[in-house]
Amino acid sequence: MTPFLRFASTPYKRRPVVHICIAIAICLLLRLGVRSNAQTSAPQTIAPQTTANPPLMDNKVFVHVLFDQLEGRTNGPDNEFRWDGQAWVGTDMNKLWVKSEGFLNAGGMSDGDHEALYDRPIPRMQYFDAQAGIRTDLDSGPKRVWGAVGIEGLAPYFFQFEPTFYFRDGGHLAARLSGSYDLRLTQRLIAQPELEMNFYSKEDPARGIGTGLSDIDTGIRLRYEFSRKLAPYVGFAYDGKFGGTATFARQSGDAVANPRFVFGIRVWD
Amino acid sequence: MYKGKTAKGRHSLSLSRRRFVQGLAAGGAIAALDWSAGPLLGETELHAPGVLTGDHFDLTIDYLPVNFTGRHRLATAVNGSVPGPTLRWREGDTVTLAVTNSLKEMTSIHWHAIRLPSGMDGVPGLSFPGIKPNETFTYRIPVVQSGTYWYHSHSRFQEQTGVVGAIVIEPRDKELITFDREYVVLLTDWTDTNPETVFSNLKEQSDYYNYHQRTAGTFFSDVRKMGLRSTISNRMMWGRMNMSPMDIADVTGATYTYLLNGNTPHANWIGLFQPCERVRLRFINGSSMTFFDVRVPGLPMTVVQADGNDIEPVTVDEFRIGVAETYDVIVQPRDNAAYTIFAQSEDRSGFARGTLAPALGMTAAIPPMDPRPMRTMADMGMARMGGMNMAGIDGMKAKDMPAMPKNGTAQDGMKGMAGTDMGTSSKQSMPAKDQGNTPGAAQPSMAGMDMSGSSEKTMPEMNKADMAATGKHAMAEMLMGNAAGTIPFPQPRPNTMPVPGAGAIDVKLIPSNPVHMRVGPQVVGVAMNPREQLNDPGSGLQKNGRRVLTYADLRARYRGVDARPPSREIELHLSGNMQRFIWGFNGKKFSDAEPIELKLGERVRFILINDTMMEHPIHLHGVWSELENGHGELNPYKHTITVKPAERVSYLVSADTPGRWAYHCHLLYHMEAGMFRTVVIS
Repeated sequence: MTPFLRFASTPYKRRPVVHICIAIAICLLLRLGVRSNAQTSAPQTIAPQTTANPPLMDNKVFVHVLFDQLEGRTNGPDNEFRWDGQAWVGTDMNKLWVKSEGFLNAGGMSDGDHEALYDRPIPRMQYFDAQAGIRTDLDSGPKRVWGAVGIEGLAPYFFQFEPTFYFRDGGHLAARLSGSYDLRLTQRLIAQPELEMNFYSKEDPARGIGTGLSDIDTGIRLRYEFSRKLAPYVGFAYDGKFGGTATFARQSGDAVANPRFVFGIRVWD
Repeated sequence: MYKGKTAKGRHSLSLSRRRFVQGLAAGGAIAALDWSAGPLLGETELHAPGVLTGDHFDLTIDYLPVNFTGRHRLATAVNGSVPGPTLRWREGDTVTLAVTNSLKEMTSIHWHAIRLPSGMDGVPGLSFPGIKPNETFTYRIPVVQSGTYWYHSHSRFQEQTGVVGAIVIEPRDKELITFDREYVVLLTDWTDTNPETVFSNLKEQSDYYNYHQRTAGTFFSDVRKMGLRSTISNRMMWGRMNMSPMDIADVTGATYTYLLNGNTPHANWIGLFQPCERVRLRFINGSSMTFFDVRVPGLPMTVVQADGNDIEPVTVDEFRIGVAETYDVIVQPRDNAAYTIFAQSEDRSGFARGTLAPALGMTAAIPPMDPRPMRTMADMGMARMGGMNMAGIDGMKAKDMPAMPKNGTAQDGMKGMAGTDMGTSSKQSMPAKDQGNTPGAAQPSMAGMDMSGSSEKTMPEMNKADMAATGKHAMAEMLMGNAAGTIPFPQPRPNTMPVPGAGAIDVKLIPSNPVHMRVGPQVVGVAMNPREQLNDPGSGLQKNGRRVLTYADLRARYRGVDARPPSREIELHLSGNMQRFIWGFNGKKFSDAEPIELKLGERVRFILINDTMMEHPIHLHGVWSELENGHGELNPYKHTITVKPAERVSYLVSADTPGRWAYHCHLLYHMEAGMFRTVVIS
């Protein structure tokens, strides 16, 4: 019995999915809520006093939700659903940043990584934000909670770059590096190569994690932006396990390397 | 009182129902005001804002269903019209304007560049609390100027959704510009998207509306043109800074429909003329985010007024009009033919269009849009990215230029002498071009030195030549210490007497505190070598085969009224982070910054240095901005000054009207993002 299957068969299995769905729903509701607030509550919020009534509002709170990946992956017999999204709410200088990613398949949910971070632009840096908060590994496997510290932003040459470091009890350290690049073929047709790598300092057999480079998720997606906010895509993705993580996977009869076609939709608001 | 329209202000035109439906302001259909006067009752007719005259005006701001693009939207309208009615005032009158708010949110009307007591300026939070729903606020304005102006809401995005209109002020004395017929040409940009959403989109993805970016296709076409090596190195150069040379406009024709007097290009506003008439076109850029390049193919335009102030007539084929600027031009069509008024957006993503014709139904060809402009490395001022130390560079510059005592400072000092006889002649020996060559980067580095000392070096000759020291000194004291400048100066006219500034040479010029810009979340780059570009018509207009107006061409028709030199300099960098869509002055947005304090009566030089890659039309409420473009005492009075990328511009301000005034970039979304300061004159 593999760790994954063992936990997949417990009643615990459905709950993370529900949590995720609730979290996403809350994000979307928040988005709508703030927007309708802005439209209806303006007369009440503006006081007649000149001091309480600034001539402009340059610290307005914005809410955005982006799913970079909302896709099916298939190689015929092996199908999985994958999501990778971020949401933020806040002002120019202070934001709450939420990230979520994971796989769903017949056996349950895996690679579930959900983070809630405080985000603030780094002084003297034009394009990078510092982020700190917590990460929970919440899926069909055993739950883990990490502290998270990282940066996210635009490296030179328009590379989206997002390294994050994690730590938890027992001296466990982890790191994730992810990056992507938008290559414009036309004004609306965009190829996006993407790469995500995970590293762990200690093994965690219960979650099938070995030390060192644990896994890579990489791919290239070709999207067509009907609008900026709605872009269906097709592409190719490879997710592979390495080192001890690969060994755990082999022992449990899981695939170590998954090259698959993907089709999905990139959407934000 | 409503007097409906005047014959000159507006002409009607019957159109087929189909054309009306395809792209016309429903505002026209709904505004009973306009319809009652229409000669073709019962038929659809072309919409143009009505004209109101008199000294009392009742204005109501309300929602209005409109349809510019085939989709129904709700605009905010003045008296049921988008844009609002043209107001015709007479200089010398005291006009009252009762503005009623029928919206569900606060509103306001700001009378752009009208010289008035600050309580009448209409900026919520600064000059008054704003107008609450269902309330009426009565503005009372003694009109002390003439020319072409405009009004707009200063509340959030209501300017974008339609609260915009023209103001024409007839001079009390004889009109000194001769013309047979006149039209207001009010250019605006309309979006079907809620402006709050537009703003939010820009915060998440600043190039949201730019559909003219570099792609694989442009890469290969560039390789064919420039070769592989330079194509790659050019892309690396821009990429290293995460910037794009295609970044011309933040909000584009991807969402905007450009309107001329409230008409889409398809609806085609028409102004009638008789051949050989002199037709005065009062161009007003009442848009929220769009710079227009305006021309009337086949007709040279003689620019006679800029920002409401008469200038020496200059004949051009084309001019760029920044947001909030106005230009009055005279055209004289001699043929019995139609002419197109063509106003393409700077980024060539669309255009506004109208027609001048001797008869209804005549049209002229619409010219193709020009090639899209691209920013160059010069627009970046060879911007230095990353964390290098500004001070070090300035020091270096200063060292490299020991043989240049006539740096910007000294010259500016001489400009200050405009009131003396020397003023004009010395100006002539200093063509604007030379000034343009003066490296503006030297300016901050000079700040540490004794400015007054350096200007004195160049002053003595002028002293000897022109003035006796005694007596003048006393005068200076009188001017600076007493009433001069504390009573609003009149607008320059043939009969206005300049306040003598001769003795004021003894006034010590206090330089601005050096501004040390550092890159950061609010500052993407700092222009290392900003320069005057007054001779440059701007991105996309250089060498286009046409005579294009530049700021250097603006030479006032009448001498400035305040000949005192400035006693103080205030240096401001226009800064921003395009990716984050944060904009501000000196790296700070409005809420992070303190007000700028001016003493009532003082004369101040504002120095603007644009560290960003975009033009910013900077508007100071309440007082005039006298652009220092090398014409000395004939420097033009403006209210909105466009600063091009990496440009250094200076202008003089007489702080003659007390109050809390708004000072901001007139690109609406830049202003709302923080490119705004309060200027307190007290």
